[in-house]
Amino acid sequence: MSSTEYITLWIGGQLFGAPVARIHDVFAPTSITPVPLGPKEVAGLLNLRGRIVTAIDSRSRLGLPPREDDTAIMAIGIEKGSESFGLIIDEVGEVMALEDGDREDVPSNLDPVWAQIALGVYRLEDRLLVLLDIDKILSFDNDAETDRAPKAA
Amino acid sequence: MDDLLSEFLTETSESLEVIDSELLRFEAEPNDQGILNNIFRLVHTIKGTCGFLGLPRLEAVAHAGETLLGRFRDGTVAVTPPAVTLVLESIDQIKALLGHLEDTAVEPEGDDSELIGRLERAADGELEGAAKAAPVVAEVPKAEPAPASATDKKPRPDNLADDVRWDEDLGRELRPGEVSLAELEAAFASVEVEDFSNPPDVTEEEAVAEAPAEPAPSAKAAPAPVMEADAGEQEIRSEGPRANQTLRVNVDVLENLMNMVSELVLTRNQLLQMVRAMDDSEFKTPLQRLSNVTGELQDAVMKTRMQPIGNAWKKIPRIVRDTSNDLGKKIKLVMEGDQTELDRQVLELIRDPLTHMIRNSCDHGIEVPADRLAVNKPEQGTIVLRAYHEGGHIHIELRDDGAGLKTARIRQKAIEKGVVTQEEAASMSDQQIHRLIFAPGFSTAEQVTNLSGRGVGMDVVKTNIELIGGAVDLISREGEGTTFTIKIPLTLAIVSALIVGAKGQRFAVPQLSVVELVRTGSNNENRLENINGTQVLRLRDRLLPVLPLSSALKLGENEDAGKNRFVIVMQVASERFGLVVDEVFDTEEIVVKPISSVLRGVTEYSGSTILGDGSVIMILDPNGIARLAAFDTTKAGNKSVVEETRKIKERGAQKTSLLVFSAGTDEPKACPLSLVTRLEEIESDRFEMTNRGPVVQYRGELMPVIHMSGHMKANENGRQPVLVVNSGDGVVGIGVDQVLDITEDVLKVDIGDDTPGILGTAVIGGKATEVIDIGHFLSQADYDWAEAMSDDKKKEQKSLLLFESHAFFRNMLAPVLQASGYKVTSVASVEEAVALEIEPGDFDVVLADVDNDAEARRFMEQLSTDADWGDVPRIALSNREDTVIATDFAGCVRKSDRHGLLAVLDQTASLKGKAA
Repeated sequence: MSSTEYITLWIGGQLFGAPVARIHDVFAPTSITPVPLGPKEVAGLLNLRGRIVTAIDSRSRLGLPPREDDTAIMAIGIEKGSESFGLIIDEVGEVMALEDGDREDVPSNLDPVWAQIALGVYRLEDRLLVLLDIDKILSFDNDAETDRAPKAA
Repeated sequence: MDDLLSEFLTETSESLEVIDSELLRFEAEPNDQGILNNIFRLVHTIKGTCGFLGLPRLEAVAHAGETLLGRFRDGTVAVTPPAVTLVLESIDQIKALLGHLEDTAVEPEGDDSELIGRLERAADGELEGAAKAAPVVAEVPKAEPAPASATDKKPRPDNLADDVRWDEDLGRELRPGEVSLAELEAAFASVEVEDFSNPPDVTEEEAVAEAPAEPAPSAKAAPAPVMEADAGEQEIRSEGPRANQTLRVNVDVLENLMNMVSELVLTRNQLLQMVRAMDDSEFKTPLQRLSNVTGELQDAVMKTRMQPIGNAWKKIPRIVRDTSNDLGKKIKLVMEGDQTELDRQVLELIRDPLTHMIRNSCDHGIEVPADRLAVNKPEQGTIVLRAYHEGGHIHIELRDDGAGLKTARIRQKAIEKGVVTQEEAASMSDQQIHRLIFAPGFSTAEQVTNLSGRGVGMDVVKTNIELIGGAVDLISREGEGTTFTIKIPLTLAIVSALIVGAKGQRFAVPQLSVVELVRTGSNNENRLENINGTQVLRLRDRLLPVLPLSSALKLGENEDAGKNRFVIVMQVASERFGLVVDEVFDTEEIVVKPISSVLRGVTEYSGSTILGDGSVIMILDPNGIARLAAFDTTKAGNKSVVEETRKIKERGAQKTSLLVFSAGTDEPKACPLSLVTRLEEIESDRFEMTNRGPVVQYRGELMPVIHMSGHMKANENGRQPVLVVNSGDGVVGIGVDQVLDITEDVLKVDIGDDTPGILGTAVIGGKATEVIDIGHFLSQADYDWAEAMSDDKKKEQKSLLLFESHAFFRNMLAPVLQASGYKVTSVASVEEAVALEIEPGDFDVVLADVDNDAEARRFMEQLSTDADWGDVPRIALSNREDTVIATDFAGCVRKSDRHGLLAVLDQTASLKGKAA
């Protein structure tokens, strides 16, 4: 049986997993430039070693309340196409190898927003780990479009 | 896709472009062997490479084309437009096949035998006819083969010209490139199709020699005539010396290089900033050196991206030729400045808009020869395409000597399509009307041709050009022609930008669209002022619409209007507007990074960049911002015309802009917004007590302040919201608790209230609201006004007809008059007045602004001669002393004199009753 390595993340008290192969960086985001009028999921832009990275707020993307203290946040760097994204999360855990066969389907009663970004669920010993669909969590163009629509008219 | 194939595709598409333009040159100068040899060589190379790569279909087409060219060369077939068209057609087919190849890496299924057949027939020695075919024919040879079913042979009519070939089997003229059935049969009988003299080109590249599947063995065997050697020499002369000095580099490599240089520039800026902070650093000298080298490197890399604009023009001669043939027009194309260089990226982006505009000029601009002769113009129309550098921009000019834009037609069409209203169109200049062709959904082509006129025209062109920070404009004279001018930046990669701040956040504004910077403030001559809640800037006696950046980007409202600010005067196309910012920092050379895909929908930004200090900032898109500014103004404009006309019909029920606020109690209070000059929030500690009450120093004067509820009540920020009202002799401040809203509603005061200071109650925005008598509060500071107002209150409501063509004054006056107790009907033109079917009995007084308005004067004169209207008193509003055309006016008042106006109105309105 084959296994895949995942990096574990905490977002709003929930444990998530993201494939290590997709993660280029783990960094503490500093001086994020907000983008007025941008979609609410976009926390802003930041400079990561000379590259402009679009920071996506995972909490806002998942419809969670904003964190109360923004002291020790972390971000994972992801490349999508030719663009760099930084997904802002609460905390980074560890790297663990999980058997592909143990993955279970997303429960059908999960919130649609969550169901959209989840690839599956792993039952760990003490808790559940939701497997993140990295590409899905970074795309929300439709939402942005509808936000803008009345203005363009 | 394998490397060999992709290289072949690149090379071939370049060759094809050259062939296209060379063929056209050749058509004009059929005796120039140099051009022909060049074309022949290129086609031959394509054919050879196809064979080598195993692309039989492409090879067959190329071969047939080459054969015909070979015939041109040895003089067997004369060069005529139909024959050239046929070659061009084969080039097109090759392009189509290549396109498919590029997408899928395999040749498409299909059969070109029909085209090949025609090429071969044309190339055949017997086709003298094709060469002789009438050159006037504008028809492209049709694809269908000649039907051979004709049984009754039709004799050739006598009146046909000698050079028109008649086919008795078909009973019609032969099309160019078509062979009569008899000829064809004879040809097949006598010649073997493949047996053309197709001599190998001795100087040809290895590809041919190496080609294992060289398909025409007969070709190799054929003897090389003397001309061949000639061709070889020419090639060496023209191509040889240049060949080794250029290198084909993948565009991605250049892009990558450019990006890295950009990074280097940014890092250098960062270093420079750090070292500047140190007093005496050993790094200074080496850093200076690094800085210079970086600058030079940047320039050099930029140069690699520069290409002559002629590259984007290569297809244009072909387009003009085909279009003019299709439309039966004669068009000469003149291209100037094709060596003007600009960035490759920009070049790609203007190619399509330019092509579209050229098509338009051919299609709509140049007239057919008959029409041209009728107006004494040369039969042949001219299109001039010119490019030149000027002030960091490339200017492209497209001029035709055609019919020009038909102003009346455009106006009519614009109204039909709802682009503008009748009223708007009437007040527009010819130039403005012409610009409407750039409006979305506009196309004047009365007949939809296959070239243009599908309604997706100039607006797309305009959008595309604006996307790259350019601008397009036009000048047209009916009957003389049209000139389009496009102005585009040289490069998109590095721009000079102004770094500005709003609400503590920094943004970059491209310097190209900045006209000037103006400092404003309460003590400054350049003041920001409010009209109906819209901010404007008084700049050198002109009003400039301004837009605070903070509200454009919804960063929050400005709480301190009196603070010093900066207005960036920006010019986008022909629109000029001001952007209000809190701070202006610096200008900086920035490297524009494309905006993230998730932010594409936000049109206010054109990109982002990293500043010298390492922070990321957003680059504002002047076009996007201009749209915000324009959106607001057009909305206001439309409302005044469309909505008002409708409202006027409801006689007296016109909407008024109202300021809603609270004072003392929680219930909302309101007053007409036009009575309020400004809204201010003043720090409580700035109030000073005098024996007449509190005053505040405001713009260098003392302003008495009265609170509506009797005592001052500052908000949580320690500021007192104040309505600043101009009483005529000075300003008075009226304190309120909180400004709630600015809204538009029908001001209909229901119940007269006895409470001093309250006119009554009205339903505003669905809520019962107390309407405040501003005059009452003014009375404490200004006695005259109070007197005028109290008189108003006593009299019964009079009807007033206000004739004022100026929307601004109309919006100012109507609410003032309404607040003074008149039922006001305002009209902007005679048509509007007629449309309302106004009756003299409905009005007690007519008020008209006669300054600079001939129509108003005419209207008044008409009224004076009208028996029914004769007894309705008329008052003229005029700022000029001499305008008192005293004859028929009951009075004449200066526009700014509110007291006088109210007094005169009061007197005259009651006259009517007495006279009647």
